[in-house]
Amino acid sequence: MITLSINGKSHEVDVDPNTPLLWVIREQVGLTGTKYGCGIAQCGACTVHVDGAAVRSCVMPVSAVAGQKITTIEGLASGGKLHKVQQAWIDHDVPQCGYCQSGMIMAVAALLREKPQPTDADINSAITNICRCGTFQQVREAIHMTAKA
Amino acid sequence: MTFMPKFTRRSFLIGSAAVGGGLALGVRFPFGPAVVRAADGSPEITAWVVIRPDDTVVIRIARSEMGQGTLTGLAQLVAEELECDWSKVTTEYPTPGQSVARKRPWGDFGTGGSRGIRESHEYVRKGGAAAREMLIQAAADQWKVPASECSASNSVITHKPSGRTTTYGKVAEAAAKLEPPADVKLKDPKEWKVIGKPLKRLDTPDKVTGKQVYGFDVRLPGMLNAAIKDCPVFGGKVKSFDAAKVMGMKGVRKVVPVGDSGVAVVAETWWQAKTALDALPIVWDEGANAQVSSATIAEFLKAGLDANEAFVGNQNGDVKVALAGAAKKVEAVYAYPFQNHATMEPMNATALYTPDKCEVWVPTQNGETAFATAQRTADLPASKCEVHKFNLGGGFGRRAAVQDYVAQAVLIAKQMPGTPVKLLWSREEDMLHGFYHPIMQCKLVGGFDANNNLTGLHMRLSGQSILAGIRPEALQNGRDPVTFQGIAQTGEHSFGYTIPNLLVDHAMRNTHVPPGFWRGVNINHNCVFIECFMDELAHAAGQDPLEFRRKLMAEHPRNLGVMNAVAERIGWSKPPPRGVYRGLAQMKAFNSFVAAATEISVDGNKIKIHRIVAATDPGYVVNPAQVERQISGSFVYGLSALFYQECTVKGGRMEQENFNTYNSMRIAQMPKVEPIIMPTGGPIWGGVGEPTICVAAPAVLNAYFQATGKRIRSVPLKNHGIEMA
Repeated sequence: MITLSINGKSHEVDVDPNTPLLWVIREQVGLTGTKYGCGIAQCGACTVHVDGAAVRSCVMPVSAVAGQKITTIEGLASGGKLHKVQQAWIDHDVPQCGYCQSGMIMAVAALLREKPQPTDADINSAITNICRCGTFQQVREAIHMTAKA
Repeated sequence: MTFMPKFTRRSFLIGSAAVGGGLALGVRFPFGPAVVRAADGSPEITAWVVIRPDDTVVIRIARSEMGQGTLTGLAQLVAEELECDWSKVTTEYPTPGQSVARKRPWGDFGTGGSRGIRESHEYVRKGGAAAREMLIQAAADQWKVPASECSASNSVITHKPSGRTTTYGKVAEAAAKLEPPADVKLKDPKEWKVIGKPLKRLDTPDKVTGKQVYGFDVRLPGMLNAAIKDCPVFGGKVKSFDAAKVMGMKGVRKVVPVGDSGVAVVAETWWQAKTALDALPIVWDEGANAQVSSATIAEFLKAGLDANEAFVGNQNGDVKVALAGAAKKVEAVYAYPFQNHATMEPMNATALYTPDKCEVWVPTQNGETAFATAQRTADLPASKCEVHKFNLGGGFGRRAAVQDYVAQAVLIAKQMPGTPVKLLWSREEDMLHGFYHPIMQCKLVGGFDANNNLTGLHMRLSGQSILAGIRPEALQNGRDPVTFQGIAQTGEHSFGYTIPNLLVDHAMRNTHVPPGFWRGVNINHNCVFIECFMDELAHAAGQDPLEFRRKLMAEHPRNLGVMNAVAERIGWSKPPPRGVYRGLAQMKAFNSFVAAATEISVDGNKIKIHRIVAATDPGYVVNPAQVERQISGSFVYGLSALFYQECTVKGGRMEQENFNTYNSMRIAQMPKVEPIIMPTGGPIWGGVGEPTICVAAPAVLNAYFQATGKRIRSVPLKNHGIEMA
């Protein structure tokens, strides 16, 4: 049994300790907002926060994050209020298919925690998620909108 | 933890005669049709519109939403004529089974070829207009006044002389009992209030909270998960597999053959299934295709460049005579590779089979194709099949004409009757089993007279036919008309230049690699071929690339219109900033006219794209904010294809298995895209999701020549050692 803290709730899961965190979040815990895109930490669709830092959960063995504070897209809003990145994504109509956006939003939220007023260079080095629909122009605009707000 | 996707309950449509009981609807009204009800009992006014008692407007959407914004655009079209309160609009997908049972009241479900809006705008608007007239009539009947004295706006009906008002929700029951009007008059575009507005998408909130349920997220009671491997050599088969080696692994329930070429492991979780599949010994019978490589395919296509036999796609004058008598000739050979769609959501489908019923839950660009595939594979009548659609995590043509993953899911489910099974492909499986952007080479020969006027052009394509691969019944005497997208004689992909002697022909060279539709597809390579060669011709004639093109475009005013627009915006008439170089490209695609102008700089092996101006004339614009997003997004797809993407063949199979070897551009490389949306009306509506992609690559390649004097004639640029800064 491994004890996980996800979105402020404790979960006991009975899995092989090498199972990637992504699949435990999806299949044992039942939170399906976190997506699978590549399984090799290339695309970022599986990005969650572990103790506040953006982590690609598809290559993170679940045993390595036992006891740490894990946040998924479902836990980003707090007190019934959307996170400012989620709100900016709505205000600026960022998502297209939306499949990569859980990971994109988690990556951006982690960046803004570190750097509330990121430059374009900060965005370029921190946000390396793949989006095949091609929302990058709107993602950049929405990040700057959030920073100004 | 399980849940039933909510639409399995919600969008179940039933005729009133079948309801009975508390709704007391067995009664037929003497002059009206039976009321059709949505699952919650709310009445359907027309097939497109359901009104709930609380005034909620449910607009039915037959086409699929895969990111392109079609769902919102189609709802705007209905809402415009319905005169409803936009803030009360919600949408639902009718199912393909309901469509079959009701004789296709929603028309085509297919969502490809940028057709979602352009080919259904008229009938969905009529569906909204008819509903509005019925709602007004119902109010007028209640008030015993002529309908002509009543009007509707924002879901409120007003009797003008008396000032009395009511709402759609209050008269919906009565309206649903009325006979729909035989014909309705649609608004003049000048009167549009909802169409043409940059309204927010209806599907965004769930996409930022993780609530959006994709096919990949389906969970059904008792569901198991399947991982699959199909023979990595196209056309190969399974010789044997040793299920006993993995049956003891945790969670594994069954190992099953899938057709004669695949094996799937079914387990409690997908991770267990995948882990067991990776450990499963499988022996493949790779067959003769294992001898094929990229080099042998390239040789096969090269021979087609000079073959005597070819299908003609566009012809006027006598190109042989013109070229033989030319004062100067220019010749070049271009090449474009196999490319995978790489949708972010890998292929998946969930199936539940019993001898009496086959149900499939699937992200699909064409619910009717998914339905036909399920029915054929299950070998059940249509009345015993159903398909539930989800918003797609990307489509780009992969989830349209061929739905192999639906057939696989049903084949697996048939071996476990009564148990729902979700089949999910790994990214590796997705990369190895695409229906790829067709491979193509092109030889172009242009001839000038003594005054540097272009007198002849021969464009010889050699390569795959998509239709021959996936819809051979659509070939025209062996010829594939789709091959000539953007360079065709007539139609939605007609050529944008007038050249006195022209021949465009195709030496069809099909390979064992399955081709398929792709975002843009044949326009992508055709635009590289023709638009880069136009630059080569301009250079040979010592003329400016813009001026050279203009002389050939007098009979193509809309092509010229978008090209002039990008040239003006980028400042073509003035020199670019020092160290910056420009390129141009234009094409007509899917009945829209598109052009791009780029500004780039080159530092060693790195291309930095500073600026892209992109114009589109789709005739009409339903939601300009979404059109902008399709334009900027098209550059991400198109530039990723230009710089990085090639699927190479070795031993009969694809070599690239994931994003580490099949890259896609990131935000750091995203240039600023300045869209120009310039609809010019007319009788024909153009598409938006795909056209712009074709101008991305040639506009950059032409700028690269200006910067370096080097012509790049094959994609991707990584093969030339060139990177994207």
